[in-house]
Amino acid sequence: MADLANRTSPLSGFHGGSSTVRLEAAPPAERISLRARAEDVAALSSALGVDLPVRPKASASAHGRSALWLGPDEWLVIAEANGGLMQAAKNSGALHSATDVSHRNTAILVSGPGAAAAINAGCPQDLSLKVFPVGACSRTILGKVEIVLLRTVEDAFRVEVWRSFSDYAFGLLAEGAQDAAV
Amino acid sequence: MLLIHCPYCEEDRSELEFRWAGEAHIARPENISAISDEEFAEYFFLRNNEKGLTYERWRHIHGCGRFFNAARDTVSDRFLTTYKAGMPKQLLPETGASEKTVETYEATEGDAR
Repeated sequence: MADLANRTSPLSGFHGGSSTVRLEAAPPAERISLRARAEDVAALSSALGVDLPVRPKASASAHGRSALWLGPDEWLVIAEANGGLMQAAKNSGALHSATDVSHRNTAILVSGPGAAAAINAGCPQDLSLKVFPVGACSRTILGKVEIVLLRTVEDAFRVEVWRSFSDYAFGLLAEGAQDAAV
Repeated sequence: MLLIHCPYCEEDRSELEFRWAGEAHIARPENISAISDEEFAEYFFLRNNEKGLTYERWRHIHGCGRFFNAARDTVSDRFLTTYKAGMPKQLLPETGASEKTVETYEATEGDAR
């Protein structure tokens, strides 16, 4: 009998960093790309158990789920625990579009005092705490690839990237981490 | 790096996050099957390509993903204002080219800041 297909993380076995930056592959998580009109946000928020933010660059976290504002009618919802996002969105009864992108994305956790400098090696955004505080999130670019950036604590970021680009993103962050330590 | 103000993100962002999307405020004809070929060509193909103040659509494709409108000076490459899609044209004083219009590379270089 043929071997069954084994699920492998695109970044399994990757390691990198420097004296000031730690790079890790994030554990698997469930994610949905959610689009909805302003009048349906309240129903979806209560169904998902996390308030969908309506201000630019804002995110919200509750019950192991995070909702990241990507655009005026677009969110990325990540569930590290408590999966079932598609079902929860469906149960809301509100008009929306939810696409399961759990396997499209993977994430890199960047932490340490040089984390912002490592990301800024390929990302043009101002990551100072004043402009990009804890909880801030944004879709932006890292070198040649699009990422979604979330500041989890003062010196740690979650970089969501498409899985086929994760090799490139990890490599660029590793280079950035080396530069940040100089 | 050129910074562009996104009216949806309410923030200045790097030009790298944006894409140009052609001339703004071009209304689609109400009954497109009734117009003549000349009128269709005028609507579909012909653009003003103005030197100086020009109104364009831009898209914050690597950000919020929204289209918006911008008034830009094509001589200085300066963004004069940006505003949300669907808003009426934001009329600005027509000053012509913001810098002395010159036709040679050397002359523009002399004014570089």
